[in-house]
Formats: sequence, C-alpha cells, structure tokens
Amino acid sequence: MNAMVKAEGVHKSFGPVEVLKGIDLEVAPREVFCLIGPSGSGKSTFLRCINHLEKISAGRLSVDGELVGYRQKGDKLYELKDSEVALKRRDIGMVFQRFNLFPHMSAIENVMEAPVQVKGESKAVARARAERLLDRVGLADKAGNYPSQLSGGQQQRVAIARALAMEPKLMLFDEPTSALDPELVGDVLDVMRGLAEDGMTMVVVTHEMGFAREVGDALVFMDDGVVVESGHPRDVLTNPRHDRTKAFLSKVL
Amino acid sequence: MPRPGRGARPGASRPEPSPPGNRPGPGDPGRAPVPQVSNRLAIERLLVTADIKKTGPEDVPPPPAAGPEAIRAIPVRHYGRYVTAILAIALFGLVVYAFSQGDINWGTIPEYFFDDRIIEGVWKTLLLTVLSMAIGIVGGILLAVMRLSKNPVTSSIAWFYIWFFRGTPVLVQLFVWFNLGLVFQYINLGFYRDEWSDFMTPLLTALLGLGLNEAAYMAEICRAGLLSVDEGQTEASHALGMSHSKTLRRVVIPQAMRVIVPPTGNEVINMLKTTSLVSAVQYAELFKFAQDIGSASGAPVEMYFLAAAWYLVMTSILSVGQYYLERYYARGSSRTLPPTPLQKIRSTVFSVRRPKGVSA
Ligand SMILES: Nc1ncnc2c1ncn2[C@@H]1O[C@H](COP(=O)(O)OP(=O)(O)OP(=O)(O)O)[C@@H](O)[C@H]1O
Ligand SMILES: [Mg+2]
Repeated sequence: MNAMVKAEGVHKSFGPVEVLKGIDLEVAPREVFCLIGPSGSGKSTFLRCINHLEKISAGRLSVDGELVGYRQKGDKLYELKDSEVALKRRDIGMVFQRFNLFPHMSAIENVMEAPVQVKGESKAVARARAERLLDRVGLADKAGNYPSQLSGGQQQRVAIARALAMEPKLMLFDEPTSALDPELVGDVLDVMRGLAEDGMTMVVVTHEMGFAREVGDALVFMDDGVVVESGHPRDVLTNPRHDRTKAFLSKVL
Repeated sequence: MPRPGRGARPGASRPEPSPPGNRPGPGDPGRAPVPQVSNRLAIERLLVTADIKKTGPEDVPPPPAAGPEAIRAIPVRHYGRYVTAILAIALFGLVVYAFSQGDINWGTIPEYFFDDRIIEGVWKTLLLTVLSMAIGIVGGILLAVMRLSKNPVTSSIAWFYIWFFRGTPVLVQLFVWFNLGLVFQYINLGFYRDEWSDFMTPLLTALLGLGLNEAAYMAEICRAGLLSVDEGQTEASHALGMSHSKTLRRVVIPQAMRVIVPPTGNEVINMLKTTSLVSAVQYAELFKFAQDIGSASGAPVEMYFLAAAWYLVMTSILSVGQYYLERYYARGSSRTLPPTPLQKIRSTVFSVRRPKGVSA
C-alpha cells in the first residue's frame, strides 16, 4: 500500500539555521503516527511542511503519492501555484495548539466556512454536516456560541470539527492539548481516539505519552532536527534504546 | 516572515487568561469567594472611616447577598466639586450674557434654517463626505495592501504616496488641483480628450483634493487593522484550503474591521467638517451657501451660527451610527455585547432580567 506521508531526507532551514536535518519517515494509511521530542526539535516545523505552510529546503516529501508543493516533470521540479497548493490542502486537516478558531464566527459557522467557501457547498448541506460533526465532538448545544464563549477544550473540539468538515484523508495535530487545563485534556483526547477508531490517518505531535502508548501505531522521537528513534510506541516508550530518548522520557514521564 | 512567540510555552499566550486564584476550580474547593468579599468590605470600611477621597458613588461595593449587614456610613462631601461646578456655571452664564448683549438677530437663524439653498448645501456636504470617504476607503485599502505586499516596488510606491499626502496640508492640495488648469490646457487619456477647464469641475477638484488626501490616512488605519489580526488566523484559513483572497475577505478583513471602524468613524466626522474647506475652490456646499446668504442678507455671523448648527446635527447623527457599527463589529470579540441605548432604556423601564451571554 502507498504511504500516506513519505519523507525522504527532508531538510528545512530558516536563514542560516537548519531546523530539520534530513527526516526520513513513512506514515501508513489509517495509522496514528505520534511525534515526540523536546521543545525546538522541529516537530511543528515538520508538521507544517506536510501541508506546505512551510517550504522544505531539500529532500522529498509526498502525501498520498503526490509531492507536496511541487510537480515533477522528467527530472525537473515545478513549483505549484498557490491555487494548486490550496487544492491539496483541502485533503489535509490541521489542528493547532492555540485552536485558531475564527473569532467572528459562531461555532457552527466556523465548521461550515470551508465547505461553503472552498468547495462551494450549499449552506444547507454544510449546516447539516456541521451539526453532525458538532454532535460528534459533543458540542451540539454550543453551535451558536462564539469562540470567546467556549472553554479551551470546547474550542479545540470545534477546531477538530472544522478540520473534519473538509472530509480530509489526513489529519495533522500540533500539540492539540498542551494549551488546555488538565481537566479539559481528556475530552479532546477522547475525540481523537474516536477518530483513530474510525480509521483516520493522523500525525500527532504530542506530549501526552499515555495517548501515544494507547492509541498510537507508530512513534518517532525527534531531537535537534533529526529522527533519533522510531518504532511502536510501547517499545519506544518502555524500552528506549538511545540515551537521548531515555533522557527525554525520564523528564516527561 | 518573523514568527515571534513560536516555541514559547503555551501558558504565555493563552487567550483569556484569568488571574490565578480567581477561578474556583475543582482543585481548590477551599477558595470560596466569600472571605475575599468580606475582606474587601473591611478595607472599604477602613477607607470610609479614614475619610479618604473617593471618586464616586459607583465605587461603593454592592451589598453582598447574604453577608454581613450593609454599611451605613455618611458619604464623603466633595466640597471641591461644588466650587468647580459653581465656577463653571458662572463662566457659562457670562458667555451667554455676552452673546445676548451682542447685536445678533437670532430670528434669522430659524428663518433660514430650512432655506432651499441651505438644504441644498446640506445635501452637497453629505454627498461630498460620502464620495470623498468612498475614494478614501477604497484607496486606503488598496494602499494598505500594497504597503504590506512583499513586492518592494509596490510597497515603496504606497509609502511615498502616504508620505506625500499626509505631509502636505489638504487646503494646499485643494488649491493645487484647482489651479492645475494654469499648467494644463487639455486632458488626453487616449480614449478621452477634453479641455482641462471642462474636465476639472469644482466637484472633481473637491473630490480629488479630499479623497486622495483621505486615502493616505485610511491606508494607515487599514494597515494597522490588517496587522492586528493574529497570523494563526491566516494559517488556519490556508490550512483549510482557502485562497489568499478568500482568506483576506472572509477571515482577515472582518477581524481587522474591529480595529478599523472606530478611527474610520472619526475620519467620517472629520471629513464632514473638512468639506467646508472646498468653498475655497468654488464648490458650493453648506458653508459656501451660508456664507453667500450671510453677505447678501447682512447677517453673516448669524449664518455662521446656522451652518455650525447644521454641522452639529449631522455629526451627532453620524456619532450614533458609529456606535451601532462598532457594536456590530465587536461581535465575537467579547463574551457579551454592551447594550444599545434603546436596550438600556427598555431594561430600566421594564427591569426584566434576561440571561446574559446568549449569542447576539
Ligand atoms: N519562522 C521561523 N523562523 C525562524 N526560526 C524558526 C521559525 N519557525 C521555527 N523556527 C525555529 O525552528 C526550531 C524548531 O521549531 P519548532 O516549532 O518546529 O519546534 P517544536 O519541536 O515544535 O517545539 P515545541 O515543542 O516547543 O513546539 C526552533 O528553534 C524555532 O526557533
Ligand atoms: Mg511545536
């Protein structure tokens, strides 16, 4: 089967600073792929490369068999136009650490926005789906609330519903629970667990080791822009082989 | 793109932080708000007995529902306030007296208030305000987007425009447009050719002078508004597959409006008053008509009063409109919207308690 995400020697520099120094990994379809690592190790940067919010500097990165941000003809690469990039992003949902809900729209309007504006769906169809999605994340009764009238955990669940409304084939989560109060983390993780059970392919940057161990199918430990160790979450988390992994885990576990 | 704040720990930039200790959570059951209230009462009591000057009756804490008995204290007397009030009234009385002694024919003001020429002038003033502001807003948005663009040529052009038009007085600009006929005899745009004097009517002169000047100010207002929107909003929108222009239209501009609308309201009010300058370039609006009537009827001062009254009426109406517009664009930015004056009246008349926080 084709890999959903395939990275080969992915490099990324910001000016003189090299943040990703050759990342190789593969995410299989229907897999929950966890990324862990210390702050500044490049996890968010890598995630943002996957939907081309950042341009990679070297290497190859493809999603569902298609290069991200480029088209290959012969042995030449052609940069995609903005509209073509946007077209590909439709299939990739992203959930941010700080939610980034649209504050001037109610919860249900947030969820309806992209299907109506991007896919040209009718409002009635989009609303029906949005209601279903809000119900699924347990917020059917909050549809009319503005983000400022929701708790952090509720906002993050709306953000997940918003991403799902585009019916993506891949979901990217960038520390979705680390801006939340501890008692609100559980609700968000439950929603993600449900998604995983439904077979959604997910790449999750997280500090929730319990979630990684329980739900994750694969786990990668990144440090300083390289993949240090990868494997099944249970193996990596309980029997880390590298000293850097051990040092990191001893701090967070 | 500089990206400050990335990699910062989440707690630092959380939305709606609440001061620690004020949120009764499951973790601290012992922190009921009651002792804090009684603490504050004790302090207030201390303040009252120590006779420290306080700012107003609003500062008195509301009596707690079921706490210690309500305070019965003799309020502080603000003698200083009485003195200033009396002085102010006296001064005002003096001014009124002076004007009542002046040789002013007050009767001419109501007589001419709805004069056909005055009404026409009012319409012309409003028209000029609307059109100049339209030019200003469209030009301002364009300039702001140019100024923020990554293309150094367009951003420098915008910078130069703003520098020039903000740096010179609008009256000078009006006279320049007015007198361009002295240096150009014809206008030739390829598809359109005309005598300059036929082309540059007083209305066009006025609109160019006011509108192009306004665009420079609006550009800075719009730029500040666009920059005020968090970059995460653009990213979230792009991640959903929205194009640059959709992102700008649907996500960035509506949020920028909250920052743009209040100063723009001030600009409109300012513009309404600034239109009086175009009487200098022969465009007939309220001020010019009032001036003409004044010199013809021999009551110039009265007609200036009349014009001032009309300007006041118009700016007052605009202020009310501005209030509602600001309220509209504030939706979603705070948990509850402030009540409109009408709602305030209604709620005090009927004193019906509605649940707060229901979506507007
Ligand atoms: N736009 C940028 N310009 C310059 N440097 C950047 C930019 N974005 C990220 N970096 C740098 O890249 C490095 C990796 O950042 P990244 O956000 O990917 O880390 P992270 O692993 O997600 O960390 P955290 O766990 O704190 O979120 C950091 O040193 C950061 O300062
Ligand atoms: Mg990160």
